[in-house]
Amino acid sequence: MTARRVTVPIFYLLLIALSLFHLMPIYVMVVTSLKPLDQVTLSEMWKLPTQLDFSSYVTSFEKLAPNFLNSIYLVVPATLLSALFGAMNGYVLSKWKFKGSDTLFTLILFGMFIPYQSILIPMIQFLREVQLYNTIPGLIFIHVVYGQPITTLMFRNFYAGIPDEMIESAKIDGAGFLRIFQHIMLPLSITGFVVVAIWQFTNIWNEFLFAVTITTSDQQPIMVALQNLSGSQIVQWNVQMAGALLAALPTLLVYIFLGKYFVKGLLAGSVKG
Amino acid sequence: METVQQTQSEFTLPVKRKRKLTKDHLLAIGFLLPSVILIAIFVYGFIAWTGYVSLSNWNSLVPDLSFAGLKNYIYLFNDFRFQSDLRNTLVFTILFIGFVIIIGQLLAVLLDQKLRGKSIFRNIFFFPMALSFVVTGVVWQWLLNPSTGVNLFLQKLGLELKWYTDTNILAGFKWGHIEFGIPVAIIAVVIAAVWQMTGFSVAMYLAGLGGIPDEVREAARMDGATEFQIYRKIILPLLQPITVSVVIIMAHISLKIFDLIYAMTGPGANFVTDVPGVYMFETTFRGNYYASGAAIAIIMLLSVAVFIVPYLISSRRGES
Repeated sequence: MTARRVTVPIFYLLLIALSLFHLMPIYVMVVTSLKPLDQVTLSEMWKLPTQLDFSSYVTSFEKLAPNFLNSIYLVVPATLLSALFGAMNGYVLSKWKFKGSDTLFTLILFGMFIPYQSILIPMIQFLREVQLYNTIPGLIFIHVVYGQPITTLMFRNFYAGIPDEMIESAKIDGAGFLRIFQHIMLPLSITGFVVVAIWQFTNIWNEFLFAVTITTSDQQPIMVALQNLSGSQIVQWNVQMAGALLAALPTLLVYIFLGKYFVKGLLAGSVKG
Repeated sequence: METVQQTQSEFTLPVKRKRKLTKDHLLAIGFLLPSVILIAIFVYGFIAWTGYVSLSNWNSLVPDLSFAGLKNYIYLFNDFRFQSDLRNTLVFTILFIGFVIIIGQLLAVLLDQKLRGKSIFRNIFFFPMALSFVVTGVVWQWLLNPSTGVNLFLQKLGLELKWYTDTNILAGFKWGHIEFGIPVAIIAVVIAAVWQMTGFSVAMYLAGLGGIPDEVREAARMDGATEFQIYRKIILPLLQPITVSVVIIMAHISLKIFDLIYAMTGPGANFVTDVPGVYMFETTFRGNYYASGAAIAIIMLLSVAVFIVPYLISSRRGES
């Protein structure tokens, strides 16, 4: 056990060093966002503010609030709808397998790996055609469509854990497809829905490519607005850092309170589950 | 397609079984059908449409779908910017995956030990995954700003790094129109990306370590192996399938990366931090070169498919 006396401090040293690397950006974000602009000099960026100044939060909140709301209007329906589709597909693909269902599942799954650039040009043409270009419903539609592969995967893996015997005995009792879904699968799916919803919420909130190509000015979700903040002529770093924190807050809060489910989603999303 | 085949094959089954299942089977198809149609159109149909656009002359605001053959592809592969993108993507992908795997394995093994405060450390490594690449880009843009950020410390060591504004190419040699090698500026982007994604591989490896039964370690200990030997000879080899998954998932993220680089550096001077994702966005939506943009998108898709298709097929086989 003498070996442990040497190794344990080394382990801690490594963990602490890498933790500092991971926390450094957060420290700088928080510290900078609390400084007044005249204190945000390049040479003093690591120093704590001499007095707390929340004016960057006020400024960035004023600028980002409408986009923050846009993101909420986008994320809530898109998350719920894509989760529902995922549950329906996952149920069929795990408990009502048919010849070719695994191939079909693989074909659906491919959709989550494609670079979205490869569908972006037709998508914009399509959204213009149906009058959904530059609208939040247009973005909702996109996230529901391209969210299906991951939600289907998660629910399929989740439902695979529900014993087939339960389904079989329900069938013997005369329950059909819908009743089994409604009375057996859905009540057992609460964890599944939480995991999927957290995953989709985080992904859609953080998404940028669709947001920046489908929407302009007042329809833009938060991440585009944040990016625009840095595109302005004079870079007010304190406002930008406050804005970045505001934009990150919802997903950070979800992680802090429901991190366990977030990690579950991450593992479920790595295909093998 | 699949559902059509399915219903046809049902007719060949014994009539008795078919009658019993008819209603439920119809409902099952009804459950799947909306998704199947949406995926068929918006994934496969749209990819085909993009492929068609990439072979056209549509390089202005006015759609012109006349056939251009491989003109756009030939143009790209001779283009200084696209050649730079290929170099940058290759270097970025290798460095990014390398660090994510090494640091991820190291941290997972450390967090697998009996140490106090493990869950705090785990959360510190995991939380950046909940952030947007845009947030990461904005923050690291400042941290790696040459006149500030981490350079304030490095200056004391006599180092004056230019980070993402550096246009030097390490180990460079002439290749096509460009200097091939490691663009120094890419390293800045790699640091930000590794910061964000290490948690992913830590989580994967920790799950893998949790799945190794204690008996395996016990048996090795009985045979007199040291803890270090147990990890090197037994545990890490057992984690190989996880490494394959992490490499493939990271590779596909890296090959299609856009938002991090767009928010952090943009294309950079002399395109030292440009990648196909950024080029596609700018040439299509800022320059209206739709056919060129479509060609870049198709090349991106093919590069991702090379990794993903075998992975999907093998994980399906592994299941059945």
